[in-house]
Amino acid sequence: MSSSSGSGRSDAMDAATPIAAQNTAPPLVVAGVSHAFGGREVLRDVSLAIERGQRLTLLGLNGAGKTTLFSLITRLYDHRSGSIRVFGWEIKEKPSEALARIGAVFQQSTLDLDLSVAQNLFYHAALHGIRRRVAAERIAAEVERVGLSDRLGDKVRQLSGGQRRRVEIARALLHRPQLLLLDEPTVGLDIASRQFLLDHVRDLCRDEGLAALWATHLIDEVDAAGQVVVLHRGRVLAHGAVADVIRETRASSMRGAFDTLTQERAA
Amino acid sequence: MSPAHYYRCLAGIVRREALRFLNQRGRFIAALVRPLVWLLIFATGFHFVLGVSIIPPYETYVPYEVYIAPGLIGMIQLFQGMQSSLSMVYDREMGSMRTLMISPLPRWFLLVAKLLAGVIVSVLQAYVFLAIAYFWDIEPPALGYLTVLPALILSGMMLGALGLLLSSAIRQLENFAGVMNFVIFPMFFASSALYPLWRVKESSLTLYYICLANPFTHAVELIRFALYGEFEPLSAAMVMGSLFVFMLAAIYGYDPSRGLIARRVVAE
Repeated sequence: MSSSSGSGRSDAMDAATPIAAQNTAPPLVVAGVSHAFGGREVLRDVSLAIERGQRLTLLGLNGAGKTTLFSLITRLYDHRSGSIRVFGWEIKEKPSEALARIGAVFQQSTLDLDLSVAQNLFYHAALHGIRRRVAAERIAAEVERVGLSDRLGDKVRQLSGGQRRRVEIARALLHRPQLLLLDEPTVGLDIASRQFLLDHVRDLCRDEGLAALWATHLIDEVDAAGQVVVLHRGRVLAHGAVADVIRETRASSMRGAFDTLTQERAA
Repeated sequence: MSPAHYYRCLAGIVRREALRFLNQRGRFIAALVRPLVWLLIFATGFHFVLGVSIIPPYETYVPYEVYIAPGLIGMIQLFQGMQSSLSMVYDREMGSMRTLMISPLPRWFLLVAKLLAGVIVSVLQAYVFLAIAYFWDIEPPALGYLTVLPALILSGMMLGALGLLLSSAIRQLENFAGVMNFVIFPMFFASSALYPLWRVKESSLTLYYICLANPFTHAVELIRFALYGEFEPLSAAMVMGSLFVFMLAAIYGYDPSRGLIARRVVAE
């Protein structure tokens, strides 16, 4: 179902986004997106893009607009201006095509505590229309990758915070998405669990070509060799390779660059 | 998306609702105890106080317990509908609503599937209640247990749709107390659940018209008639009309671009 040509909606594709273009289109392009709740502007003219196999860190303090941006990309509600394209599909116009390619880990845990790990995962597979037999195979594989094969029958309530996050990552990958969205996935986790998640997502990007948008307020989660977007009070202050951002701000580290950027804005 | 995708998604949502319900034994027991308390205590207490004359669908004088049984089934469905609303608000606060919303299937379908899942649970509750009530001399004709099924599905859907609509508008979990005070109690008491409408008409014409306009009254009457193998067209039309309006409004409420969800201020 992740293939556009196999989708029943493929006949509804508009001329501007033929199948060939879908296959080469970047995983995520956010262009000039603004959003407001009532009179309060939360995002202003936000633009960013992710390449295949890339982990882009979205760095911003609490209240920067990260969660709102995630809500817009996953179409909890629509953006008012600009465009959000997932593998070429505009999320407002072709939500099914876009959502089928997105795996998401939200800031708050979205597991059902009263259900077992397996029941939670089967539920997610069903929401994506995956056949139960296929789902069982994928669940076994994904759960093994995060080292929780022996906990499948346990209620989620019995798992630690770090284990729940692992289940959520496994769940986000069940429908074989090509774009992974993670909204502050390490909040409240111990050092080992945090490192496991960072390594796991890095491996997914490197080995399987997944694109990942990793939102965080923790500067040490920024990959020094990777890409970063600095979001502050709803605006993008910097976007590019970490080394370039540091150089352009004449700082010696990402922390220094972040401080310089946000202080300039405050001034 | 093929029809098989839709089917698997619906089956998954129904399975989850059933599992949640079975896992939360407290909720199951509470859902049964509430109407049973009314039946076994309230109705027994009022047995000789409230006389019910012969009104359709009854062919003879009926004890008060028999009269209020359909109202109590309606109560089960009203609570279940609102509880599904509570679970939607709870889900959204806890985030698992988002799991549902990022499914690639259309949002209207997800909401309808969620509604149907809730209805199945409420119908099961209603039958368990009827089975227990049988031992308290609530003995409708055997065929009534079958003919009441479509009525239960329809009334369950209408009340579930009302719950969905409310859940799109409620901002906080705590506001369920408000739903109790401003939706459940007024709907239940301003209806034919506890007293026939002709009695209400004798006391207050205004209240009579309010009861008549209350969709819950028609849900109860639909169930009452169906339980005795009869069809009440006015109630059926009112329940279907209300279902249509509530469901459309709920789908609007959850619409990503126009609905109430888009206006919600989301904490970062």
